[in-house]
Amino acid sequence: MSRAPHFLQPLLATPFHARARALSQLDSFIPWAGYTTVDVFSSVEQEYFAIRNSTTLYDLTPMVKYRIGGPGATGYLNRLVTRDVGKLKPNRVAYCVWCNDAGHLIDDGTIFRLGESEYRLCTAERQIDWLLDSAIGFDVEIAEVTEEIAALALQGPTSCATLKDYGMTGIEALKPFEIGRFAVGANEIMASRTGFTGDLGYELWMQPEQAENVWDGLMAAGSTRGIRAIGSMALNVARIEAGFILPNADFVSAEQTIYTERARSPLELGLEWLVDFKKGHFTGRRALLAEQRRGARRRLVGLDIDGNKPAHNALVYDDRTGKREIGSVSSAVWSPTCKRNIALAMLAAPHFKLGAEVWAEIYLNRELVWERRMVRARVVEKPFYAPERRRVTPPADH
Amino acid sequence: MTTAVSTDARYDCIVIGGGHNGLVCAAYLARSGRSVLVLEAAARVGGAAVTREFAPGYQVSSCAHLLHLMPQAMIKELDLGAHGFKLANAAMPTTALSLGGAPLALGVGDSGDLTGASRADTLAYPAYTARLRRLARALHPIITGVPPRLGTDAWSDRLALLRMGWRIRRLGRADMRELLRIVGMNVYDLLEEHFDTPLLKGALGFDAVLGTNFGPRTPGTVLALLYRLAAHEGSSILAQPLGGLGALSDALATSAIAAGATIRTGAQVRRISLQEDRVQGVVLQSGQAIAAPVVISSCDPKTTFLGLLGSNQLDTGFVRRVSHLRSRGLAAKLHLALDARPTFTGLAAEALAGRLLIAPSLEAIERAYNHAKYGEFSAEPIFEITVPSVSDPTLAPPGKHVLSAIIQYAPYALAAGWDRQQQHFTDLAVDVLERYAPGLRASISCAELLTPLDIERQFRITGGHWHHVDLAFDQFFMVRPVPGAAQYETPVAGLYLCGAGCHPGGGVMGAAGRNAAQQVLKSGAR
Repeated sequence: MSRAPHFLQPLLATPFHARARALSQLDSFIPWAGYTTVDVFSSVEQEYFAIRNSTTLYDLTPMVKYRIGGPGATGYLNRLVTRDVGKLKPNRVAYCVWCNDAGHLIDDGTIFRLGESEYRLCTAERQIDWLLDSAIGFDVEIAEVTEEIAALALQGPTSCATLKDYGMTGIEALKPFEIGRFAVGANEIMASRTGFTGDLGYELWMQPEQAENVWDGLMAAGSTRGIRAIGSMALNVARIEAGFILPNADFVSAEQTIYTERARSPLELGLEWLVDFKKGHFTGRRALLAEQRRGARRRLVGLDIDGNKPAHNALVYDDRTGKREIGSVSSAVWSPTCKRNIALAMLAAPHFKLGAEVWAEIYLNRELVWERRMVRARVVEKPFYAPERRRVTPPADH
Repeated sequence: MTTAVSTDARYDCIVIGGGHNGLVCAAYLARSGRSVLVLEAAARVGGAAVTREFAPGYQVSSCAHLLHLMPQAMIKELDLGAHGFKLANAAMPTTALSLGGAPLALGVGDSGDLTGASRADTLAYPAYTARLRRLARALHPIITGVPPRLGTDAWSDRLALLRMGWRIRRLGRADMRELLRIVGMNVYDLLEEHFDTPLLKGALGFDAVLGTNFGPRTPGTVLALLYRLAAHEGSSILAQPLGGLGALSDALATSAIAAGATIRTGAQVRRISLQEDRVQGVVLQSGQAIAAPVVISSCDPKTTFLGLLGSNQLDTGFVRRVSHLRSRGLAAKLHLALDARPTFTGLAAEALAGRLLIAPSLEAIERAYNHAKYGEFSAEPIFEITVPSVSDPTLAPPGKHVLSAIIQYAPYALAAGWDRQQQHFTDLAVDVLERYAPGLRASISCAELLTPLDIERQFRITGGHWHHVDLAFDQFFMVRPVPGAAQYETPVAGLYLCGAGCHPGGGVMGAAGRNAAQQVLKSGAR
């Protein structure tokens, strides 16, 4: 069967699509990086609780993947991202961000060190233009491999036990951010103890031809442990609880902002722990040093908001009168596990200090009647939810 | 990133490259009391302003061959006269050659007497040149000074911008309107508005495309013309130094040495070394390290940033801008050793001491340019010819002559490759000359053609472009060579640029060298 022209079938199907389609009760699919993916299978709440209480399957094939190799790969990545990639050992993963010359965030992603000078970079947005421009003067090869690799996230407290039952013997020894390689029957699976839920979990990387077989095997192995396929909406609740930022929600790539003042630096996003000024030069270093000397003008913080109405898109004020605007909420959710009304918000100095009291302007639509509430909120620590099991090795055998 | 540099040598400033801009910069810095070292890779100073023997007994200015942009004030300030600088010909007339017709004489500079044009053109010419001169005078400080920056809080930048606006406003309504109307135009349309004699239009349009990647119909060619005029306050008088352009470089070197600078030739810099993200010095090809808190590079921007510094020390966006600079030369240089004085048909004897142009019409220039767009050399190229031995007999054996010509268009990236085409293009150029000067071919004892590729190799200029990077709106003034390095400073503390790739650009002018020295002194670094 020949593939239809791209303009007739603008969204690609992932190798798991047939399985997802079969399980989807709401037929709710959304586009993600050129693929059609599931937003919600049956119920956001049930899918969310599966992340925190059992185990979940999430198709992350659309995650953009690049193979970066060659003698200059380490030097190249060190100049690209703000973290010291030289410290990343083979078979380890690092979360990282990269900036433009002005020190503004272009994207975040994960670097997998697969060998001495063999890396995989996973990103939310396509970056080939920036990656190739960054390669000028480096002996490095870069290729997009998104379509060559199928990827599944298996996340939740029973995920390790499920993988053991599936046949991935030794998975329990994998430490956070470690990579292991497993053979289950004819399937060769690379597993990394990584994820976007802030919970115990793994990401599995495989050949697209093996995708359905692995899916079926995992579903069978997890049947007694409450395994459930989830969509992006449930994942979004978990990632806000974990305090993870999302492109186009909590920041807009500096390559896409029209107004420069709308781009954000890693220091403003609370990611200074990812910025290593001592490792040598990287793109944005001079601008970030200047910003550090100048002091932060704004900062992304966690908010704990009174009441139980999520503060979607709320403007934030310094007092109840709402006369002086000091920022806005970028991600908000009622946290089912914490039983708190939480949000990520970008606040201007000096209001981003821990413990500061601010006011969120929340609009409620009650049967088409809009109500406006000024609700008290406090700047609190992130993450909102960080269970110990996400770090324990070996994980408990649920 | 950091390199341990053990060194016995230490200077306040190191200038990389002993071309005229490097030497001017070194001279000004030395005069301020800095200890200055100039490092030149070649065996002698001069860069692209150098006199070389290309055949036994025959010498020629082997890249640049005329002097018309260097400010008189600079020649005086650096006391070049006392250091051996003399002119063999201080005011060279320009003549446009014509096949089968009378040549057109434009006189000396752009205010000379025009002969050979139509009556209407002869009447219109003085008003045209007078207006261009007025515009050029208003632009003079803008063209020659340090460009201001936009978007800063510095009062000096705001003041400079205000002054710029005021100078243009002060031109008066008619001239200001005309400036704003024509500055982005192409020279073809401008000349069509004023004149009808093809030979005159060809000659005037020639200066707008000389040394550029443009044809007369390319937007921005009027800017290139105004630039050429403005650099010299509106009177662009061509001159020929005694002993060729190399003699000027030698005088600049002597002036710099007299002011206390040290010049080392045969010393090629391998890289610029940094420590803690600021300049620490340079390392030579020999491995020797020399320390200095300030390094000023007169090399082209690509060589400086991508070669000597390395993209790993720079941000991606900046490297992208540098690597996208248009820096491919389109001008070749032809040198002929002649057994006899050449005779151009219809040319007055005294005109041979001047500048001769072969650019019969704007259409002929545009047609010549068409080839270059597709990676071919012109089938009917255009020429700027001098016979320097007429005014300066020291350049050739007694009774013999040298001819020096700039030929366009000869693209750097010739589709067929220069290795196999160089002789072909030389023959083609000589064929054209033979038509204008019958008998010339028989008197040639030696011919040397330098393609942009040769210029790149011999003069260490990426792309063999004598302006280092094209003089176009997007690579001009406040954004030359690239935003982030347009005021002679670079993203790396202590590293400066002073070459033709900076504002105001190429031609043997020295303004970039002087402005860079001024910026170094202003920053107080030593």
